[in-house]
Amino acid sequence: MDYRGPYRVRTVEKPMPKILHPEDAIIRVTRTCICGSDLHLYHGMVPDTRVGSTFGHEFVGVVEEVGPLVQKLKVGDQVLVPFNIACGKCNFCKQGLFGNCHESNPMATAVGGIFGYSHTAGGYDGGQAEYVRVPYADVGPTVIPPDMDPDDAVLLTDVVPTGYQAAEMGGIKQGDTVVIFGAGPIGIMAARCAWFFGPSRVIIIDHVDYRLEFAKNYAYCEAYNFKDMEDPVVFLKKTTDWYGADVCIDCVGCEAEGNSLQTFSGKVTLMQAGTATALQWAINSVKKGGIVSIVGVYGPPFNLIPIGNVLNKGLTIRANQASVKRLLPRLIEHVQEGRLNPKGLITHRVPLEEVADAYRLFSSKLDNCIKTVLIPSAKA
Amino acid sequence: MKKQHHNYKDIPGWGMDADPENEPNYPMKNYTGDDHHRSDYQRSAPQPKDVEILMSNERPKMSAVFGNSVPPSGLSGMIRRYAFKHSEDRYRHWLPLIFADRVNMFEGVIDDLSRGYLPNMVAERGWKMEMKHNPKGFAVKIATVAAVGYAVYLILKKKK
Repeated sequence: MDYRGPYRVRTVEKPMPKILHPEDAIIRVTRTCICGSDLHLYHGMVPDTRVGSTFGHEFVGVVEEVGPLVQKLKVGDQVLVPFNIACGKCNFCKQGLFGNCHESNPMATAVGGIFGYSHTAGGYDGGQAEYVRVPYADVGPTVIPPDMDPDDAVLLTDVVPTGYQAAEMGGIKQGDTVVIFGAGPIGIMAARCAWFFGPSRVIIIDHVDYRLEFAKNYAYCEAYNFKDMEDPVVFLKKTTDWYGADVCIDCVGCEAEGNSLQTFSGKVTLMQAGTATALQWAINSVKKGGIVSIVGVYGPPFNLIPIGNVLNKGLTIRANQASVKRLLPRLIEHVQEGRLNPKGLITHRVPLEEVADAYRLFSSKLDNCIKTVLIPSAKA
Repeated sequence: MKKQHHNYKDIPGWGMDADPENEPNYPMKNYTGDDHHRSDYQRSAPQPKDVEILMSNERPKMSAVFGNSVPPSGLSGMIRRYAFKHSEDRYRHWLPLIFADRVNMFEGVIDDLSRGYLPNMVAERGWKMEMKHNPKGFAVKIATVAAVGYAVYLILKKKK
């Protein structure tokens, strides 16, 4: 996969990746997904996204080669690779913040290294390819349990942990009402995972009917279209006895719809880092003293949000890139025990060669697309 | 108005990860005190630098590993080098980077043409999918863009 500029991608032959560091591995990719956050790159919203880059931070595959210092992996192992690149040794990794590693991205201090996610996230080629270089191979990559479907495994690299952590950061208590903004794959997974923490209501808000219908069935939640409401904040206040939700979760990020001022300043004129409509609604819909959890992706410069309301309502805002490695053991257990069905999100399987069509399908929400998996053709 | 999932306690896994102590600042990190050791930890050996890497001026040295894809080049590379003279706090960092990305897009087309390759914009934009799954909406989009383009053309022509 080769990025050529906003809304333009194609497949090209690139040189085989090499071991560049003794702790590297080369993985032959067998499944890779297009993530909702890849669309921010595809739409040209993330600074320092260079023409010629390969995207892709959700992938599984087979170990083809390992560097001399790699001890835990061997050639032939089937692995799932967390989207964040983590050294396992810095003070952030040592404290479980594997999404905030200090030794994987020289190009920005506000974000750790991420596969295929612009030079702002380290300039790594991503996994929407036949082969990919994986640094710190003893830290991130996890051998896929033999009984696990690779379609489940590939969603454990980002979607499931990010959705789960979104709910976890919400500090949900038994009986709580949780509102999730965004019925994309992450929002749907956050809604499903919220139940693990014992709420009595989970509500999801979006403007795409087929996704709301999917979310209702997949995540057992209430689903509402904000385009049917005069004011989503008033709607949510009313449905929570005019109190506000206990927890609001932003699973949309910088390309939200629903507020013309945000759209004009964030999408049309790029005066802010995308539109912060979902976050604005989350802050204004949560109860006083409530918690807002953010996993939607925003660009680095700044966004317009009602920070005064955060102060006056005494809100707690919690946000981070998912610490995939920390969460994997528990999530693998949930999948193996049948409590989570990640592959149920997959609606389209597309050969890697048709990556341009796959991006358009997902970006324009065509053919009831929820999650697209790309299948590279390289054989062992 | 208030709705609840009727038997929500029957949803597989309901409440099993609830943590009453997660209120509200339960640490997502396993605090060890290592923060106060700052950058005093055992680093991996540094990756050899084989291409130009632009480094944030908010850190003293390179991270142990880094991506080496698409080093800066051409006019966009010059703009990126300028951007990296400024910290991540400054507009002078991020706005030039966004501008460089747009310049880079044109450089990509020029590079294709210079190699005798005519980029297939229709295929690269995946318009086949729009035509297949959204023919009416796509036709409206194209007609709107064409109409706006023609209107701009007429206005500019009139001014001349």
